[in-house]
Amino acid sequence: MSLRVGVVVFPGSNCEQDMLEAMALVGAEGELLWHGDETTNGVDAVIIPGGFAHGDYLRPGAIARFSPVMAAVAEFAASGGPVVGICNGFQVLTEAGLLPGALQKNRGLKFLCAPAELRVESTDSILTRSAEAGSVLQVPINHFEGNYTCDAETLAQLRDEDRIVLRYVDNPNGSVDDIAGVCNAGRNVVGLMPHPERATSELLGSTDGLALLRSIVA
Amino acid sequence: MIFSVHVEVRLRPGIADPQGSTIEKALPTLGFDGVKGVRVGKSIRFDIDAADESAARAEADDLCRRFLTNPVIEDAVIHVEAGAAAGATS
Amino acid sequence: MDDAIHRSLGLTDEEYGDICRIIGRDPNHLELAMYAVMWSEHCSYKSSRIHLKRLPTEAPWVLVGPGENAGVVDVGDGIAAALRIESHNHPSAIEPYQGAATGVGGILRDIFTMGARPIAIMDPLRFGPLDDPRSRWIAEGVVSGVSGYGNSVGVPTIGGETVFDETYKGNPLVNVLCLGLLPTERLVLGQATGVGNLAVLLGSSTGRDGIGGVSVLASAGFSDEESDAEKRPSVQVGDPFEEKRLIEACLELLDARLVVGIQDLGGAGLACATSETASRGGMGMDVDVNAIPRREQGMEPFEVMTSESQERMLAIVEPADLERVLAICERWEVRAAMIGIVTPGPATGDADGGRLRILDGFDGDVLCDIPAASLHEDAPLYNRPCIAPAGFDEATRTLDTEPMPASTDVAAELLELLADNRWVFSQYDHQLFLNTVEGPGGDAAVLRLKHPVTGVDTGRGMALTTDGNHRWCAVDPRQGTALTVAESLLNLACVGARPLAVVNCLNFGNPEHPEVMWQLSEAIDGMAEACIAFDSPVIGGNVSLYNESLGSDIDPTPVVGMFGLIDSLERRPPGVGLVNGGRLLLLGTTQPELGGSRWARARGHRGGRLPSIDFAEHLRVAGVTRSLVASGLLAGVHDVSNGGLAVALTEMAVRSNLGISAARIANVAELFSESPSRVIVCVPPENITAVENVCSGAGVPVSRIGVAGGDRISVKGLLDIALADAVSAWTDRIPSALGAGTAQD
Repeated sequence: MSLRVGVVVFPGSNCEQDMLEAMALVGAEGELLWHGDETTNGVDAVIIPGGFAHGDYLRPGAIARFSPVMAAVAEFAASGGPVVGICNGFQVLTEAGLLPGALQKNRGLKFLCAPAELRVESTDSILTRSAEAGSVLQVPINHFEGNYTCDAETLAQLRDEDRIVLRYVDNPNGSVDDIAGVCNAGRNVVGLMPHPERATSELLGSTDGLALLRSIVA
Repeated sequence: MIFSVHVEVRLRPGIADPQGSTIEKALPTLGFDGVKGVRVGKSIRFDIDAADESAARAEADDLCRRFLTNPVIEDAVIHVEAGAAAGATS
Repeated sequence: MDDAIHRSLGLTDEEYGDICRIIGRDPNHLELAMYAVMWSEHCSYKSSRIHLKRLPTEAPWVLVGPGENAGVVDVGDGIAAALRIESHNHPSAIEPYQGAATGVGGILRDIFTMGARPIAIMDPLRFGPLDDPRSRWIAEGVVSGVSGYGNSVGVPTIGGETVFDETYKGNPLVNVLCLGLLPTERLVLGQATGVGNLAVLLGSSTGRDGIGGVSVLASAGFSDEESDAEKRPSVQVGDPFEEKRLIEACLELLDARLVVGIQDLGGAGLACATSETASRGGMGMDVDVNAIPRREQGMEPFEVMTSESQERMLAIVEPADLERVLAICERWEVRAAMIGIVTPGPATGDADGGRLRILDGFDGDVLCDIPAASLHEDAPLYNRPCIAPAGFDEATRTLDTEPMPASTDVAAELLELLADNRWVFSQYDHQLFLNTVEGPGGDAAVLRLKHPVTGVDTGRGMALTTDGNHRWCAVDPRQGTALTVAESLLNLACVGARPLAVVNCLNFGNPEHPEVMWQLSEAIDGMAEACIAFDSPVIGGNVSLYNESLGSDIDPTPVVGMFGLIDSLERRPPGVGLVNGGRLLLLGTTQPELGGSRWARARGHRGGRLPSIDFAEHLRVAGVTRSLVASGLLAGVHDVSNGGLAVALTEMAVRSNLGISAARIANVAELFSESPSRVIVCVPPENITAVENVCSGAGVPVSRIGVAGGDRISVKGLLDIALADAVSAWTDRIPSALGAGTAQD
């Protein structure tokens, strides 16, 4: 039986259908989890997709973190369940305290939708375990607030514990230490700004996102 | 003479404030039931070198009108005080 | 009745007399305000309707033609495509961010009103020159507004145009096109049927924003700064988060078949939506003005009825379904209020019915009582005088005959025509929904065609392009418009698509100027000729008049949006690019004619005569291009348009960072001519014979003009520049100009 992956939907999320389509490509069964429900519904993994939860008003993720489903997601993560936040989902996870740091406005103060090259820095996470260490993946970015920032102490800890899982080859947004994705201490919660679901077909320009998505359901 | 200027940019009355109303709608979830009328604006601080306070105010006023606000939808409240703002750096 | 009021609302004395005759008495303020907004140029098309009738609108695959919220065509596999284009020029001139944002919001509602999920946006944008600080302020604001609203609402912006020209100084053109898909059987129309059915207002509360926005903003040009200030309160603020919830709620209501009809609230707000749904259904409607949720206190009924507050929809539902409708709305956090009841009308055999009544409580005083249809069907229709401009010779179709200036420095003249729009489109999410095969920057955007509900991939593709050319149309609006449609067709061919339908956005000056009406009439004739020749029906459009600044009309700018299908999308189209060692072939024949070209305009020459077009020849070139793209024989393809061969070749070079060595271009006129029906293809050497055979088999002239490679762009005897110089001119122009700062005055 294929793995069940829950894709969280807040009002304002917009990548949830894309994520369901991508999950089908890697043989998983995606289902939507409504933000107002206080459960993860017994799924095997949770993805918080991209979009503009609650309009990104106040700050991206600032309102979404208080949605009822987030308590269940936190509990699921604490029990070791795989949780991946993509783009807006990464912002939600940092606001919710499930990942360290914060995402600020891009260095160029513009929204940026563009191809990006990512280097796989660590394969010890639920997002990168099926990828090849040191490989470079073509995965597009699409964000205004993707400039990862954290204090020096946190950065040192992330480096020491090998928790920077993806770095930009050519930093597009000013992220500290070229960080594109990080994981928690348990390595089961990962956030990244790029969109692996947008790199799942030759017709769309790249299939490099599949290695990451396969890791989630491995 | 240096004057410190604080500009508060607000949406004009009657202009929809989607951000303010979304924040307001989220508040009861957190137990803040009595909060009403949330409006989101911007706060901008800078120093002006001018002959006197009224000259500083006139310049800040012009700056607001031509650049910092769009009078179509925004109002500015301008506070001017003598002396550089404490802790202000470039 | 104080007759000065109707004039201040923009109604003429004759129009006021018509209103009195229609309702059999003097109108009250509420009624007068409703007629004023509904009979404005923007809502009634009173100056253009008489000409628009000449456009071809029918074909077997057209499900819905002009007149509804959007045109709809059948694309097979049980899928229909809804298409619409609109302008938001005047609002964007005074509040660029919100003007553009609400333009995007409005066009999306037109699409999901038809039952379609919006899947793509295109933005043809035109601004004043880059060296003008206010034009930069407008450009930055508009691009941020499209980005801020479009990205957040979750609909990808997959293409468009960005043009900078003196003619748009103070009057930008912000046109927005939206494409939506629906299962054919879900098609709904904006009409109210069934006596006793309920009108439910969904979405935002109603405020004073945009009161009279339509009539005041869109129906009068900008004269001076003071009157700009007076118009300011009319600006609306967009809320993409509200719109996103509204889209999801409405599509869920449509899927559950809980609505009889649905209509968006755009120009003229509730006055338009209530009367339009009622009159389309041949019914009447009672509206309780007190039931309409308001954002501000003390609003007068006329303000409530004409407010253009954004993100609102009017759904017609059966009483038994009301509870389920309200429940779905609540889940999506969308406000819903029952505000009206459908009453009898001509459709139920009640000749005296069909009234739109606005009531102070359903049992309260009658505040307005007028025939619903009169706001639309009885709107005035003008056949305004059309006069060709003094310098235009109709026999030779030549505008003035000042001599064409000589070229002094071909390299410099080429470099100044190069501009990469990446600065603009990298701010747009162009990939959402995993459909985008070719995004912004190519000849046309290409999307996968997936079923909008099941997600099943049909293996086919869709293509979209928007094109406009004010330089051509300033010389000869009829020929210029025909050439514009032809360019759209060739853009689609370059990605392997055949045309299915056209939408148009006709941006013109003041219709009270006979030369402007002549331009409009001529442009419509040119569009009709080309669309008939290309078998491409016009399924919808928008007319934006009074585009003028300080009394000067803009150059006529009809913008064409063309939608097409790719029968088999197995691989990515070759795109605008080169491979090292690839041979460059030119399909078609060059006319050495510079009238209306970018090169001529840049030299200050604005007249002359446009190149001619042979529609049959054009179709042959497009057909060959389409089959070559599908064949996989090409490494690159680009149509020749703006800036002629010089710009087309250079764009292919800079986009692949490869040089070009070309020959057999005789002179400057051939190098910069924008004559139609030409395509450059880049062919790997081993495929040359095959490509030439395809061309000669179809009777399309083909010539070998060069080879790709090296670090120079050279045209024998005419041009030799470093590739790097072209790359930096192309890449840097827009970012460095916009980085120079902006100002509002």
